[in-house]
Amino acid sequence: MTVQPSTSTRRSNSVAKLRQAVVNGFALIFTSQVATIGFIIVMFWFLVGFVSIFWTPYNPNESLFALNKELGIELAKQNALPDAQNWLGTDQLGRDILSRLMTGTQVILLKTRIPRDVPFVGGGFIPGGVAIWGVLGSLVFGSFLGVNAGYRGGWWDQIIMQFLDAMIAFPSIILYLVVISALGRGDLIVILAITITGAPGVARLVRSLTLDIKTRDYTRAAQTRGESAWYIMFVEILPNARGPILVDAMLRVGYAIFSIATLGFLGLGLPPPDPDWGNMVNDARQNIFSNQVAVIWPALAIATLVIGLNLLADGIREEITRYQK
Amino acid sequence: MYQTTMPVLKVENLAVAFKVRGGEVEAVQDVSFEIHRGETYGIVGESGCGKSTVAWSILNFLGTNGYIKRGSIKFQGQDLVGRSEKELRLLRGDQIAMVYQDPMQALNPSLRLGKQMTEVLTVHRGISEKEAEKRCIEMLERVYMPDPANVMLRYPHQISGGQQQRIVIAMALLNNPALLVMDEPTTALDVTVEAAVLDLIAELRRDFDTAIMYISHNLGVVARVCNRVGVMYAGEMVERATVEDIFADPQHPYTQGLIRCVPKLGSDKGSSFLYPIRGRVPSPSNRPTGCVFGPRCDYFQDRCKEERPKLRQIEDGQTMVRCHFAEQIDASSWIPTADIVLPALKQKDDGQAAPTIMEVTDLKKYYKVVGNSLPDVLGLSEPRYVKAVENVSFSIPKGSTLGIVGESGCGKSTLIKTIIGLEDSTDGSATLMGFDLTVDISKRSENLIQELQMVFQNPDSTMNPSYTIGQQIARPIERFGTVPKDQVRAEVIRLLELMRLGENYYDRLPRQLSGGEKQRVGIARALASRPDLVLCDEPVSALDVSVQAAVLNLLIEVQQTYDTTLIFIAHDLGVVRFFSDAIAVMYLGQIMEIGSSEAIYALPYHPYTEALLSAIPIPDPSVKQSTIRLEGNVPSAINPPSGCRFHTRCPRRHLLPDGGKICETTVPEWQDNGNGHRIFCHIPLETLNTFDPVVQYIK
Repeated sequence: MTVQPSTSTRRSNSVAKLRQAVVNGFALIFTSQVATIGFIIVMFWFLVGFVSIFWTPYNPNESLFALNKELGIELAKQNALPDAQNWLGTDQLGRDILSRLMTGTQVILLKTRIPRDVPFVGGGFIPGGVAIWGVLGSLVFGSFLGVNAGYRGGWWDQIIMQFLDAMIAFPSIILYLVVISALGRGDLIVILAITITGAPGVARLVRSLTLDIKTRDYTRAAQTRGESAWYIMFVEILPNARGPILVDAMLRVGYAIFSIATLGFLGLGLPPPDPDWGNMVNDARQNIFSNQVAVIWPALAIATLVIGLNLLADGIREEITRYQK
Repeated sequence: MYQTTMPVLKVENLAVAFKVRGGEVEAVQDVSFEIHRGETYGIVGESGCGKSTVAWSILNFLGTNGYIKRGSIKFQGQDLVGRSEKELRLLRGDQIAMVYQDPMQALNPSLRLGKQMTEVLTVHRGISEKEAEKRCIEMLERVYMPDPANVMLRYPHQISGGQQQRIVIAMALLNNPALLVMDEPTTALDVTVEAAVLDLIAELRRDFDTAIMYISHNLGVVARVCNRVGVMYAGEMVERATVEDIFADPQHPYTQGLIRCVPKLGSDKGSSFLYPIRGRVPSPSNRPTGCVFGPRCDYFQDRCKEERPKLRQIEDGQTMVRCHFAEQIDASSWIPTADIVLPALKQKDDGQAAPTIMEVTDLKKYYKVVGNSLPDVLGLSEPRYVKAVENVSFSIPKGSTLGIVGESGCGKSTLIKTIIGLEDSTDGSATLMGFDLTVDISKRSENLIQELQMVFQNPDSTMNPSYTIGQQIARPIERFGTVPKDQVRAEVIRLLELMRLGENYYDRLPRQLSGGEKQRVGIARALASRPDLVLCDEPVSALDVSVQAAVLNLLIEVQQTYDTTLIFIAHDLGVVRFFSDAIAVMYLGQIMEIGSSEAIYALPYHPYTEALLSAIPIPDPSVKQSTIRLEGNVPSAINPPSGCRFHTRCPRRHLLPDGGKICETTVPEWQDNGNGHRIFCHIPLETLNTFDPVVQYIK
């Protein structure tokens, strides 16, 4: 008879294990040059976002009239090219582009705004950006459908997959427009739109993984123990599908950022007052004859963040599969 | 005896390294051997010993991260190391041919077989298409392929696995190569098909005078086809000898251990033991200093730790051995060391028959076949069925083991699935301690589910990779509430200790365990609900022989301790004979013969049992074994042959009047040979009794 270890030592055990897993994860990223570059780019934007919460060169929404007066400048400084005062120039309302660019990271990666008319928490924030919550939503929704289709098979599979195929048949931008025109604008609506458009892809991936995993002996062992279908799907199968799902999710965050930018460009994206990269591209495009370079900055931001996520996902996938046979 | 001629292949001090994440490992170190014309050279060893790496290195098929680090490979006097890819490509398939384990991967599924075969000749020899075709047909006849002209027009999936391997061998021989490298060519095949392919290999070697390098983990196969043998362990060749010497007088402790772990045909658990080799093969990155086998060796001394032994000739013989003390070691006086625990067998001499725990009567399992034609889809056509299990009846006394043997496709797995409840049965009755077994698991009571558990075949997929060993064994305990909640951990540890795994395995993940350890955890998990009947679906067939012995011993011990009843499926007839009290021989969904294991392996035999027994590769070259080979393949279970299902392949049919007309028309009756030994055949027992015994020991 052995002495039961106390719960505290067991907890410290699991903490140590978690730390080990994190260390292993980083080791994996840093063995691949591609993943390392991607990781650095993504971390750069996360850092910019964090900094922008506490400090930006100027208030991102303040047009520079007031500021200029303080500085003794008479004329409004609109559509200005980069200079010592505004490193990336100003937009058509005289707002500092650098400050807006930095703050724009927040809604994508770091915070989601809750509309004012929601009781109790209205006007507040949830940590985690719109792109991240949207992808998480499509993961949850898609995994649920996919694992059911794959594990139960038969009519379940037919109905779920036919329904999802029908959804894939619509161009995603049409789906966005339908959702937003039906429900109005707002961060939560954009999350919902990303969830709905992303779910079919996730479901297909999870279904194919499930079809493979359900033939493994440990699934059969659970069946011969008389476990319920829900237990087998969510406890035995899904945890073993996490690797490919995680890589897919990283790519999806990139796609989601693209989608948000597209919606912003069309004027349907994240609502003001927070700056939105897509919207900034559109504004700059309209003023391209007055300020030729303003359009580059938000476009560059979108491109680098998406490329960074892609590199990170690609590198990790390559590294995971390299020594497998 | 071959020394006068130049060897076809001479490998000297070969070392092969692979680059891996964070460094490189030497998979093969210091391997030397030579193969002469007309000789089959066997390379044996457990998995991970570098056998295949040696084979691949000959033609530099080492992938992007492998390379030959030291040594030379001389083929007909010329060194192959450092040759360009272009030069090697000219040799491959021409002078040197290879046959791999899985024929389906060697053949291109989207090209006709004729096209693939003629290509070998047209590319290397520049022979015209027509002439090449003629020679291919001749070669197919040579490998006893029925209807060769027709086979040339087929695709690989249209012929059986044994025939595919014949095609691959024929292809390899087309250019009359000087060296044929065979890497486990029969491992994926059924025992009866394997026997026929081994016969073919032995015959071709004589006729073509080819040098064959034969890689296998199976000592029985090596005993049957090879002249000389090299035993590999942990990337080194530890012993080189003739096949007779290896089996009669093994010198290296590893070879001795390997031979001790394999059950001799005819031995059973009552009269003999299996002695596992303790420990496991070290991974290439952390091999011990000194002798690589040292940590597992029973004769380990200080010198073995300090000095790595060289391959040297023993004092009174031809055998080469890599051991400091080969001459002093006497295998016959070996006694098991204290850490090998052998199961103590309870004597069952109280004369009382144990009560029957499980009774199966006329069990049937049919699967409905859904065709593609329009009436099929609309459900208008006559329904067709795959008759996977047909009229199976047996009963098992409590605490005994029933072995089920048969070729793949004989319905063993379906029978097991039906019993455990993954499928419901079509007809018949089956009971376990009064519980009905004919319904599937969703309709069974918790009590029944708890009494009936299963051990699976594949150690790599039997444990869920996401959870620790402790969590996985604890789950059935918690689910069935076998112990109070606060004692679950203690119970798990008790089970781990029963499996000779310590408490420190509790928090490990499956990927940190070896195959044998995973299989033991799988057994612990099956025992966690304290079942009365455990189904074992090939529990040791994926394990190395040294580990296999340990797992079998544990199963015997569990059975002795808890009086557990076991149903044991395996394709290795030696293991089944060793392990089982009673055996059922299945063919195409039916039991052909059932009885105690002594009765099955002795006269009278069912003709199918006779064929199975004569196909077993026996790890002893001095045994004389009759060569009864079955023709053709197992027929489809959708339209099983009428009358006796075995009549299409039966080699003994002609013994009945009229060439066995009755076998085609009438289903045979069970003939009772007493003591529960029953044979499902038309041939009367008196005639069956006149057959020669399959295995004869020459002393």
